[in-house]
Amino acid sequence: MSPHGNPEVPASSATEINREAPKASPVVEPADIKSSPVVGPGETRVSTSSNTPGNAWGLWEVFVRSSRGLSHVHAGSLHAPDAAMALRNARDLYTRRNEGVSIWVVPADAIAASDPDSKGSFFESPQGKDYRHATYYTKSEGVKHL
Amino acid sequence: MAAQNLQSVPAELSRGESQEQSQEAAQREADGQANFDRVMAEDSRIEPRDWMPDAYRKTLLRQISQHAHSEIIGMQPEANWISRAPSLKRKAILMAKVQDEAGHGLYLYSAAETLGQNRDKMTADLIAGKARYSSIFNYPALTWADMGAIGWLVDGAAICNQVPLCRASYGPYGRAMVRICKEESFHQRQGFEILLELSHGTPEQKQMAQDAVNRWYAPALMMFGPPDDDSPNSRQSMAWNIKRFSNDELRSRFVGMMVEQVRVLGLTLPDSEIRFNEETRKWEHGPLDWNEFKEVLAGRGPCNAQRLERRREAHDDGAWVREAAAAYAAKRQAKQSMTTKEYAA
Ligand SMILES: [Fe+2]
Ligand SMILES: [Fe+2]
Repeated sequence: MSPHGNPEVPASSATEINREAPKASPVVEPADIKSSPVVGPGETRVSTSSNTPGNAWGLWEVFVRSSRGLSHVHAGSLHAPDAAMALRNARDLYTRRNEGVSIWVVPADAIAASDPDSKGSFFESPQGKDYRHATYYTKSEGVKHL
Repeated sequence: MAAQNLQSVPAELSRGESQEQSQEAAQREADGQANFDRVMAEDSRIEPRDWMPDAYRKTLLRQISQHAHSEIIGMQPEANWISRAPSLKRKAILMAKVQDEAGHGLYLYSAAETLGQNRDKMTADLIAGKARYSSIFNYPALTWADMGAIGWLVDGAAICNQVPLCRASYGPYGRAMVRICKEESFHQRQGFEILLELSHGTPEQKQMAQDAVNRWYAPALMMFGPPDDDSPNSRQSMAWNIKRFSNDELRSRFVGMMVEQVRVLGLTLPDSEIRFNEETRKWEHGPLDWNEFKEVLAGRGPCNAQRLERRREAHDDGAWVREAAAAYAAKRQAKQSMTTKEYAA
């Protein structure tokens, strides 16, 4: 696109719907793709071997401490080739407005998680143990500073 | 947002399974359904590893990935104006906004990944023209005033749509939307300010602002999707607590807000049929060209081809960066394991 003219002026008329375009499918035909002649409908070229589906950059979970005195809290996830890049990406993605003073990144597959299906049994033990809460003890009501 | 490896893969019965195993799987499915129904009834949240109906997963995947693609493609009409911004301040603001939109795309891709979708597959689908994104970004941004109209109307409509999505029943989607909504209000305000400045400038500037509003008004209204009687999936999405309000309901609210705000701008909306219906207590607007909407969505809008081509170009242009980063990471890893070996020796 030219550095002088408005890059936004579409090839077809700016205000009209392009009714001339092929009606069959929105998939761009190989002839239209000047820069990547290898691409055809149905066989998408991926530019790097590291970008092949299934062989992509690893997934990292991001934890951000929003200010001193608070814990790191899970903010989201991102892809990166290594920890250093994951940290940089996390800074750009999750702290663009001073949302954090410290970031942790953790390879997603390093996280062990409890099984959601075993909710019942796994978290059973605190159930029925009200005596672990201060509210269980009612006789001291009205006694000051207790 | 949970990791790919934390996905619960829907239990499928393989042929060689014993009866005991298949009974177990059926029981798990029944328990999962019961839990899902309870979560829906309590208006609670489904998290990535919970059992969920296939159709729910598919609906979410479609919606979230389309939403992500929209944010990514949505960078283009504005990115094209960064080098033409009228001042350094406006340039910095526009860059921050475009960067935000990239972030929104990434938050949403992350959310989609928790449903078991591969990130690179989503990128590949978009580049191949197989994925949909919001029709609004297939319209051209012809003048600087369009930066104002896009911020005010397009981001405004997006906010209207997205605020209720913060309460979507799928946890990672709702959380992504909370983050996004926090950032969107700056987008709308900066757009409003651009229009306000122009509308209080020279007659030509005011005319330019009015022209931009005229062109973006109807496409912005169509961002809420087809009318309720032509939106077959809405009912199910509402039953699943993904969608909280119907397309027409949100559109009507949006029109009501714009009617007020356009007065402050000293401009008008290109719609003589806007009125408040006292009976229904809702704002009504003139007819929209749903044929045009369908054409643009089907890939025949003014800018569809150029948007995709630009996206593909950007992806290819970034190839060397991805390669270099991967090579560097590999080299460092090799070095590290060598040092570890040396220590061990
Ligand atoms: Fe956005
Ligand atoms: Fe935005």
